Amino acid sequence: MATQTERRTDIGPPHYSQFLHPIIKENYGKWKYHETLKPGVLMHVGETGTIYSVRAASARLITISFVRFMAGLADKYADGYLRFTSRNNIEFLLANKDNIEPLIKELADNGIPVGGTNNAISNVVHTQGWVHCHSSATDASGLVKVIMDDLFEYFGSMKLPNKLRIAVACCLNMCGAVHCSDIAVLGVHRTLPRIDHSTLGNLCEIPTTVASCPNNAIKPTTIEGKTTVKVDEDKCMYCGNCYTVCPAMPLADPLNDGISIWVGGKISNARTEPMFTKLAIPYIPNNPPRWPEVTSAIRNIVEIYVKNAKPYERVGEWINRIGWAKFFDLTGIEFTKYHIDDFRHAGTTYKRSVQNRY
Amino acid sequence: MSDDLKIPLLDELEKGPWPSFVKDLKTLAPKKPMVRDLLRQLEKSYQDKRGYWKHGGLVGVLGYGGGVIGRYSALPDEFPGVSHFHTIRVHQPSGWFYTSEALNELMDIWDAHGSGLLNMHGSTGDLVFLGTVTDELEPTFRDLTARDWDLGGSGSDLRTPSCCVGPARCENACYDTLELVDNLAHRFQDELHRPMFNYKFKIKAAGCPNDCVAAIARSDFGIIGIWKDNIQVDQAAVAEYVDSGFNVKEFVVDNCPTGCMSLEGKELKIDDSNCVKCMHCINLMSKALSVGKERGAALVMGAKAPIVEGALLGSVIIPFMEIEEPFEEMHDLLERIFEFWDEYGKARERIGECIERIGLASFLEQIELEPLPQMVTQPRDNPYIFYEEYYEEE
Ligand code: SF4
Ligand code: SF4
Ligand code: SF4
Ligand code: SF4
Repeated sequence: MATQTERRTDIGPPHYSQFLHPIIKENYGKWKYHETLKPGVLMHVGETGTIYSVRAASARLITISFVRFMAGLADKYADGYLRFTSRNNIEFLLANKDNIEPLIKELADNGIPVGGTNNAISNVVHTQGWVHCHSSATDASGLVKVIMDDLFEYFGSMKLPNKLRIAVACCLNMCGAVHCSDIAVLGVHRTLPRIDHSTLGNLCEIPTTVASCPNNAIKPTTIEGKTTVKVDEDKCMYCGNCYTVCPAMPLADPLNDGISIWVGGKISNARTEPMFTKLAIPYIPNNPPRWPEVTSAIRNIVEIYVKNAKPYERVGEWINRIGWAKFFDLTGIEFTKYHIDDFRHAGTTYKRSVQNRY
Repeated sequence: MSDDLKIPLLDELEKGPWPSFVKDLKTLAPKKPMVRDLLRQLEKSYQDKRGYWKHGGLVGVLGYGGGVIGRYSALPDEFPGVSHFHTIRVHQPSGWFYTSEALNELMDIWDAHGSGLLNMHGSTGDLVFLGTVTDELEPTFRDLTARDWDLGGSGSDLRTPSCCVGPARCENACYDTLELVDNLAHRFQDELHRPMFNYKFKIKAAGCPNDCVAAIARSDFGIIGIWKDNIQVDQAAVAEYVDSGFNVKEFVVDNCPTGCMSLEGKELKIDDSNCVKCMHCINLMSKALSVGKERGAALVMGAKAPIVEGALLGSVIIPFMEIEEPFEEMHDLLERIFEFWDEYGKARERIGECIERIGLASFLEQIELEPLPQMVTQPRDNPYIFYEEYYEEE
């Protein structure tokens, strides 16, 4: 029999319907169209009503004070209703059109911009970085802050050829799956795991560790009577798989860890099929707190894209039209041996025709 | 007071127009030693260009194998406030909708039991509480469940499913993404809370091919809304777009990937038998065009980030399926997939890698689906065929 002290488990999430604005409830599945009234402000027209969404930026790492402040604004302007987007933006859901401007003003007074709709650079999705993860080759929150400071004008406007999605991941695990963004910033290690032979035998299961390596670089060995592993340095690609299963194989290397930049991915099916990002810049050293080399490299790509792409072309679509040779030419980014794939299915990326632009 | 909080490098991140997490965190630092030491440890990371977290440890709440991720500082003596800094994943409501009341309630719980830092939301979709000690896990869980909140997934289990805003606020939704995801979350509670899989398994539900939740890239099992019949056209609204000076021919018609549209005067003609449902025209002319009436979803499987064998996009296993309550067909399909994975998968192998290893055709056979041309970009171009039928001489 259930008692008051019985532990509740496996109840699952609360049903979303209790959090929906009455206008949304009434027009659930009955929306007719939407318009973007201005950057960051959407109007959705349904069969029996209209709801206005005001999209505000937010850091991903936030505090209870920030959330309480946002909840307060929702009470004041949006009958207490708000939601979050897949890119960590906050959307206030307003029934009253007259509340839009006062809300935007109060947000602005508190340093919170509104935007990220349509042909804009929306919030950057990212991972945990030095704030919270053991694997990271760089920080994520800090990088996002400096990248968005630099590209700020594109958040609050809609002057790009199409939307431009940026993502940051601090190691190849890519918790944020950045591999399909217009521009991806990816933390990379560049040196071998530092094996702690004194503890490895106790901390890690040797067969699991050996099996974790996608390139068969790890072999069991014995050093000073202790069972441990060795890494074939010609085969290691610094991916960190081994570290995920074996804490005695960390890859952090302050001198060599850094950032790579990838371009041309896309998720949506609009016009062209979804695409992976491809390597643009193999390595930029970590330069906290403001990573100026990273922000200027991204700005360069964004500006060349804005100047050269046709209306509604995403970064990847633009590059596919002009060809990669032209992309490297226009951006001034150096093409190196690292740009040529050498992992599984690498051959499918070799040029197999003589069609080229000269 | 934290007047001795010296973080000159992080102070640089207070500058500039984008919201600053440093500024935000500093407001909590005087009240929360955890936040203060998190900032101090982060400052050291910025100085030394490396992280200072230990490999996660196994912690959790009673009876659950997932939902909590152990985290410990590598420098507990220097930064005692973050010696334990565990993460709690709270299962978000479908579509990330909240009321201010619900949010305030959640913030009160987190204020009482943890650092007061969080993500709204993590990459998988959960509301992520960042930073608490082992002794606070059970009390946090008790307060959460008392208010009808539960934990999300972590480790080798069914991760917290997530969905786009769907019919709640989008005219493009081809099925009820919010209800489906809520239903699956409740139907598969055991799989969500007790890791029994080979590796993680993510479900994402997008209402249309715009795929606002990246189901094609970030989910082992993606449900992407689509329709079968004709795009609904309001010709009067088309004429309004033309009259407004919007270049329908250049921006819409000429960008159609199959060239199946044409503009004759102010009338838009679509050869729907050639339309691939890419959404481009509907996105640009929301007032005039809308998705068809015969709606459902395409199912894609196997997307993942690079670890271990390289990144994958999802590939189609069902080109069209009706998605209707009570979603029994979907439950059956998922159960067949989990059974298959249990039998054929290897530890730390995502299902997409498993499907590639044994072959899509064998996978389809195992989960009882018919092969269809919509599942490939082309038939094979090599002759190494494993024939299974042949005649024997009498
Ligand atoms: S991407 Fe890598 S370093 Fe960043 S949070 Fe994920 S596992 Fe950690
Ligand atoms: S870092 Fe990757 S490639 Fe190198 S040994 Fe570890 S698992 Fe193998
Ligand atoms: S995926 Fe489609 S239905 Fe869902 S929010 Fe995006 S546009 Fe709307
Ligand atoms: S949805 Fe795409 S393919 Fe279909 S008519 Fe519109 S632009 Fe063409």
